[in-house]
This record gives sequence, structure tokens and C-alpha cells, in this order.
Amino acid sequence: MSSSAAATAAPGSLATSLVLARDVSKTFGQRKALDGVSVSVACGEMVALIGPSGSGKSTLLRSITGLQSIDGGKGTISVFGQTVQSNGRVAGTVRATRSRLGMIFQQFNLVGRLSLFSNVMLGALGRLPGWRGALGLWPSADKTRAMQALHRVGVSDYAAQRANTLSGGQQQRGAIARALVQGAEAILADEPVASLDPVSARKVMELLVELNKRDGLGVIVTLHQVDYAIRYCDRVVALKAGKVVYDGPSTGLDTARLIDIYGPEFEDAFWETKA
Amino acid sequence: MIDTSVTGGAVPKPPSKSLGAWLLDVLIWGGVAVVLIYSIGDVDLGNLSRLVTNSDNVRTFAAGLLQPDFTNWRLFVEQMWLTIQIALWGTFLAVILAVPMGLAAARNIAPIWVVTPVRWVMNLLRSVPDLVMALLFIVAVGLGPLAGVLAITLNTTGVLAKLFSEAVESIDKGPVEGVRATGASGLHEIVWGVVPQVAPLWTSFALYRFESNSRSATVLGLIGAGGIGQVLFDSMNAFDYNSVSTIVIIVVVAVTLIDMLSQAMRKRLL
Repeated sequence: MSSSAAATAAPGSLATSLVLARDVSKTFGQRKALDGVSVSVACGEMVALIGPSGSGKSTLLRSITGLQSIDGGKGTISVFGQTVQSNGRVAGTVRATRSRLGMIFQQFNLVGRLSLFSNVMLGALGRLPGWRGALGLWPSADKTRAMQALHRVGVSDYAAQRANTLSGGQQQRGAIARALVQGAEAILADEPVASLDPVSARKVMELLVELNKRDGLGVIVTLHQVDYAIRYCDRVVALKAGKVVYDGPSTGLDTARLIDIYGPEFEDAFWETKA
Repeated sequence: MIDTSVTGGAVPKPPSKSLGAWLLDVLIWGGVAVVLIYSIGDVDLGNLSRLVTNSDNVRTFAAGLLQPDFTNWRLFVEQMWLTIQIALWGTFLAVILAVPMGLAAARNIAPIWVVTPVRWVMNLLRSVPDLVMALLFIVAVGLGPLAGVLAITLNTTGVLAKLFSEAVESIDKGPVEGVRATGASGLHEIVWGVVPQVAPLWTSFALYRFESNSRSATVLGLIGAGGIGQVLFDSMNAFDYNSVSTIVIIVVVAVTLIDMLSQAMRKRLL
């Protein structure tokens, strides 16, 4: 399994590869959300996934973490050289792989009735023995780590508050803190700024860039707004109807290419700079 | 008149009820009416006038009720307390059993081959009335409060497990996915993703069942499962309407107090 993945590793060797997706397809009913997608991302890269809604960006990201199974057949996905999915089956080792990936969602996916601190503490679950995690007996080293993470993302003042009393931007930064406590080596963010106001969105994007540049975390982020992708990410992968239609430096995205990806109404995706 | 020329095309007709839907309405309501009329004879509705003609019996009863006899109040309060204890233990044991059952019966948590048999057991528990359960347990463990506790436990387990599982099925799956994405196990997902979301609703359901169980525990006493109901039944058989009156007053006061207490607690939770 990993030998076949190594054979197709285009950039970098297996050890430095963050994600290797080969020939991945996913069908929902009649619709092909992913249609033979092959993408490889090296550790420490910051990649934007763009494309119109329904193009398969989120499906690809969720397949990488094994939150969603892909179609059976020759499609494989491996993360850090560990197989996550092959032949339509999520690997049994997926929990260990997930604990190395921090996932950020559009709707934050914090547990609303728990405090922000408890939510961030949940990042330690993958490392603790099952019973300790279930009873919430967090080691004090992990508690310190959680407060450091909250401080790093700038929301430590709200640690004791229930997550659902916080603003979207605060919750999203809490979600990033959860990924930090997890000790994630890479962050996968699914539309992390789509539900945020422009100021919070910029803060979250800058935080992701900082984690990428200073801490060397790999970042794969799906984005609606093309200008965010161009401004914050070095590399862009564009999907259209489940197929990769562009994979290259963000500087290579010109108007003609964007019209090809989004259709003539692509300016809608460019709302921020036009406004 | 609204100018529709900008939209173009004809304005569609307003929606109207189809003939099929109309016929279905007639069938349902007509059916209910037919069953009601047919049942008049079977439920003895023709004897409604006895309420007035048998007024002598009613007068004796009412006279007794209007003169409550408080000499035995200490015993009655003791028995009322026993009834509440039966309800409390029955509800407590039911909650303990209903939590795993409710989780196992939720389609979004458990696989279908677990959900189906668990739901089947739940339906069975709910469909047997607690009076029948109490009769069974009286045979098994003898007359007394334990039969009442066990009857309430089983019946309430069925009801609470169903309510619990419905609460679990209506949770937001986002937070659960958020917990899963950290590399957490299935148990962690339930403890940290599911339970915090359903906890207020579960508590509220359990308190509500405690309220209604303190009423059913009274009734269970009538068939020998201990508590105030048994004393009520004995006094009734002895035509001691003065004591019956006192017992009824104590029951009403106690049940009202429990209702108020549990409502206040539920209000704080939600």
C-alpha cells in the first residue's frame, strides 16, 4: 500500500509528504463529487483549494481526514505516508493519523455547551488513555498547553466562557487552538472564513499563515474567495466539477483561468477587492 | 394590481387542495365520527343520568369528604413519603438503564443492527402498562414497595430510552465531527460531543418522568405495591370517607409540591 503511494510521490520523498491522493473519486447518488483527483502536498506547504460550490473542495478535504469514505476502486489517500483510505475503506489506523492533523470547519464545530477551555482540551483526547479522556482528567501539562494555545491565538480571556456565547471569529480561533493542543503537524481548514466578517476572516487567515511560516505547519485550506487564496497562499489547486483544473503557483491565476474555473460570473468570487 | 410585466410569463394559480387530500380529510374525520357514534352504547353513555338519580350515595360520599379526619395524618404522611421514595428509586434506576439504551437506539450513533433490537425492547417495555408490570412483580417479589419500584423502573426505562434516543438523533453533528477530527475514540465522541448537547434535555425528561411517576406510584399502591395508594384503597373499602378525604388532600399537596419543584429545576436547566 505505502509502496505504491511512494511510487507516485511527485514532489519530495515519502517522509516529507503531507498528503498523497491518487485517482480519488467520490459519488453521491448520481453526482460525481470527485472524479479521479490526484493531488500531492509536501509538508510545510500552504495550499489553497478553490473552485465553485459543489466542485468537490470540501469532499476532498473530508476524505483526507477519513471523515468521509471514497469510492471503491484504485483510489488511495495517504497522509504522512500512512494510508488513510484505499479501495473505499477507511483504514483502521485513521485515529492515529487524525491526531496528527488539525481540522478546522466552517461552522467551527466546537461543543457549544462546553467552555472554550474544555473545547481546546479535547485536542488532547488522541494522546490520552481512553478512560482518562472520557472522565476529563486532563494532565496539568496539557492544561498549561491549552492555555498557551488560547493565548497564542488571542482568546485566552474567554477561556471560562461557554463556546456558544462567543463570536464566530473567537470560536474559529478557539478551534485553531484545539488543533495546536492536539500537536497537529498540519492544519486542514474547510472554508474557515466563510462564516466570518471580513476583519475576523483576515485575522484567521493571518494566523494560519503565521502557523505555516513560523511553526512550519502544513496548511491546506478551502476558500470561496479567490483573492484570499492569492494573497495568503503560495500554491493553488482549483477543482471544477470534481476534477483538478489548475495546480500551480497562485501568481499564475489570471482572469482567463478564473473565467475557465468559475465561468463568466467569476467576479462574484472576487467580492472583497472590488468592494 | 401588482405589475408583473417585469417578470414575464403567466402568473401561476394559487395552490389549492387536491381531490385526493380532500377525500383523505373526509375519510379520517368521517371515520372518527362513525367510531364515536358506534361506541355510545358500549361505553354505557345512556346511564349518564345516574349521576343525579343516585344522589344519595354521592351525598354520603361528599359529606365524608367534606369532613376530613386528620387523626391518622402521621401514618398518611409516612405512606406518602414512601410513595415518593418508590417514584424516586424507580426513576433513578430507569435513568441508569435508559442512558445506554437511548444511545444504542439512536440511528446517528449506533449501527442499524443494534438500533432495531434495542427499539424493539423499548417498545415492549412501553407497551406493557405499569399496572400490569406491578402485578407481575407482586407475584415475583411479593406485596410491597419493591414491586412498585421495579414496575416503575421498567416502564419508565422504555419511555425515557425513547425520549433520550430522540434527543440524540436531533443533535448537531458538527461538534461530534470536531471531536472525531482530533483523533478521539467512539467513547470520547459520545462523552464530549453528544452528552453535552443532550444533557439539559435528558435531565428535563427525567425530572418530568419523576413528576408523573409520583402520581403512578400512588395508583400502584391500589393493587398492593405499597405506599399511600394502599392506605387509600383500604380506607375506601372500609367506607371511611373521612380518611379518604385526608389522604386525597395529602396526595394533591404532595404531587403539586413535586410538580412545582421539578418545574423550577427544569426552568433553570433550559
